[in-house]
Amino acid sequence: MAEEVKKKRLTDVGPHDYNEYLSPMIKKNYGKWAYHEILDTATMVHVSENGDKLYTVRMGSPRLVSGSFVRDICDVADKYCGGFLRFTTRNNVEFLIEDEKNVEPLKKDLEKLGYNPGGIGNIVANIVHTQGWVHCHTSASDASGVVKSVMDELYEYFVEDKLPSKVRIAFACCLNMCGSVSSSDIAIVGTHKKPPRIDAERLRNLCEIPSTIAACPTNSIRPDTVDGKPGVKVNEETCVFCGSCYTVCPAMPIANAENDGLSIWVGGKVSNARTKPTFSKLAIPFIPNDPPRWPGVVEAVKTILNAYKKGAEPGERVGEWIERIGWSRFFKVTGFPFTKYHIDDFRLGETTMNYSAHTRL
Amino acid sequence: MGKKHQTPLLDELKKGKWISFVREIERAAEKSERTEDLLGQVEESYRDKVNHWKHGGMAGVKGYGAGMVGRFSEFPEKYPGIKECHSMRIIPSAGFFYNSDFLRKLADISEKHAGGLLNFHGATGNIQILGMSQAEAEDAFQAIAELGFDLGGSGSDLRTPSCCAGQARCEFANYDTMKICHDLTEEYQDELHRPAFNYKFKFKFSGCANDCVASAARSDLAFIGTWKDKIKINQGEVKNYVQKFNVQKYVLDKCPTKCMWFEGDNLVIDDENCVKCMHCINEMPKALRAGDEKGASILIGAKAPLVTGPRMGMMLVPFYDINEDAKNDYEQLKALISNMWEFWDEFGVSRERIGELIGRVGLNTFLEGIGLEPMPEMVEHPRSNPFIKFTEEGEE
Repeated sequence: MAEEVKKKRLTDVGPHDYNEYLSPMIKKNYGKWAYHEILDTATMVHVSENGDKLYTVRMGSPRLVSGSFVRDICDVADKYCGGFLRFTTRNNVEFLIEDEKNVEPLKKDLEKLGYNPGGIGNIVANIVHTQGWVHCHTSASDASGVVKSVMDELYEYFVEDKLPSKVRIAFACCLNMCGSVSSSDIAIVGTHKKPPRIDAERLRNLCEIPSTIAACPTNSIRPDTVDGKPGVKVNEETCVFCGSCYTVCPAMPIANAENDGLSIWVGGKVSNARTKPTFSKLAIPFIPNDPPRWPGVVEAVKTILNAYKKGAEPGERVGEWIERIGWSRFFKVTGFPFTKYHIDDFRLGETTMNYSAHTRL
Repeated sequence: MGKKHQTPLLDELKKGKWISFVREIERAAEKSERTEDLLGQVEESYRDKVNHWKHGGMAGVKGYGAGMVGRFSEFPEKYPGIKECHSMRIIPSAGFFYNSDFLRKLADISEKHAGGLLNFHGATGNIQILGMSQAEAEDAFQAIAELGFDLGGSGSDLRTPSCCAGQARCEFANYDTMKICHDLTEEYQDELHRPAFNYKFKFKFSGCANDCVASAARSDLAFIGTWKDKIKINQGEVKNYVQKFNVQKYVLDKCPTKCMWFEGDNLVIDDENCVKCMHCINEMPKALRAGDEKGASILIGAKAPLVTGPRMGMMLVPFYDINEDAKNDYEQLKALISNMWEFWDEFGVSRERIGELIGRVGLNTFLEGIGLEPMPEMVEHPRSNPFIKFTEEGEE
């Protein structure tokens, strides 16, 4: 009588060996690529030192995908790429094709399936974004819906190369800013504008008071006695509505249906090419949430993109263009009002003033 | 079969040319019924303009303190399918390379053990499976482990490292980003699975200064490929580019240090003044290539705004000989990382990223703490204020 052999529980297996997922041509030419050329907004070719050519077809994805989506792209990869594919940092899918003959049929198949080949060159890149109302508890707005609305409107710029340079748009649904949102050509950020509410009784049970106090960037949370028991109070004069306290203390909710919305930031960049990496700067402090299509946000992004397209030299990123024409002219050409909120009064804010007589009049 | 919940607002987002996430959630719901309730709750958020998730909550697998993020619906009676809607994070294959066999099996797992929804990838670079209950976590974890994959980081731990496509598909890569990303993930599994840090810590690896994974904008320790010797010039290809576009205006004039010019038809580069920004190589990839003495710059301290403001990565090690160190199992790098983590452990406070700690105690204190010498590459310029704290050892 055989004893049932209990299967050993697997644990700490570690990262998977990526070599298993490299196509034969990639394995052969690993570290031996010579150059690449962009053939159209969906296609590029990498040429190796020995002349091998690897074609890449890129398509957009909404980042949040179904198992059926995964099977669709697997079918395409099996048909044309020996099953090999990859994703980009900006959530695109890339099909890796060894036989040039397969490039156009693959793109046709993607279009037939309703997918979006594109995203290479001087284009609006796929918008990196967060979970929003679909899956996040600190979100001040939805993410996927805003992204979908903006990309629907800017779709021509994903599939046609007609901008001075690439434009990277990013979205974060709160100031935690998952992803590299704060260094994007255009950043859309979920923003609160009212202080957290304190549920004193839940706070006593759920939150550690010292860490709640320490979570505040402006020292606006102080110890307090509520009904003779320990608690906290918020100095609403100095609170900047960042939501950091809610991240550590569930009894300080800050989401506010009537007062949450989005802010728009411009001119950030991650790459070191030409100029150093920079953070995005404030363009519009607040646009109220307006689901399902957020027309105010879409309009603001289009205004920036159109002004950039009109004013920038070939090869200039949004931030380089603004640096050249100056911020005063940026506000003039976009028509966005410059307000007191644009002057930085946080830590290191004084380093951002204009200590010179340089001015565009 | 009719829809369980009416979703007039979300239905608006099925229109338009860009691929619709609403359609993706619906497709997931066709395979995993619970996801019907996700549509219902998100529709309610669209109506109420506020999210309907409870704050955090615990979820996880035995022996791990990380890898799952707990998520509970605010309305469990109304939307029982997402009463628990946790996500499981999975360490991606380096460079995000996959094959269809693995992805199909993962899709099956996501439908069998969760809501049939996935992220490729989350902001840090994990694959995420959404909509899992705690009761399903162990089986899902074992199914994933059988495919040779493991859970990613979450909470105050080493977050899942990520890298660019590197030498697998890019001529710009100055080192093997995928190898070091994989090797260090393997090395620091314990730090990844079992949170013991003050706060999160991220490694990201980019093969060149184009920094396609945004390492210097969002990782505590960013590795950016660079080289020490001369840019290799193919003068024939330079001439071909000159025929095609205005090389003077769009390449030479945009060089940040004006370290290149033409002498006759020949391009000349003052390599000592080159800052390896990649612009000229980006514009003329057939004509210019990085030199042979390749390695990486290490930048430290990048992070998002919370708590004390966003930080960009700052230069810590101008040239790290990654290829040499790889031969010795990254001995030099591991010593540096260990010194850093010890300093952070000793002097950092809860929820303080290492960049914020450096900002608080000053770069000098940090350098002394980890045993690095000050170098001019670390600063934009020397101090312009006279408030110098002279010390005995500084005068030696």
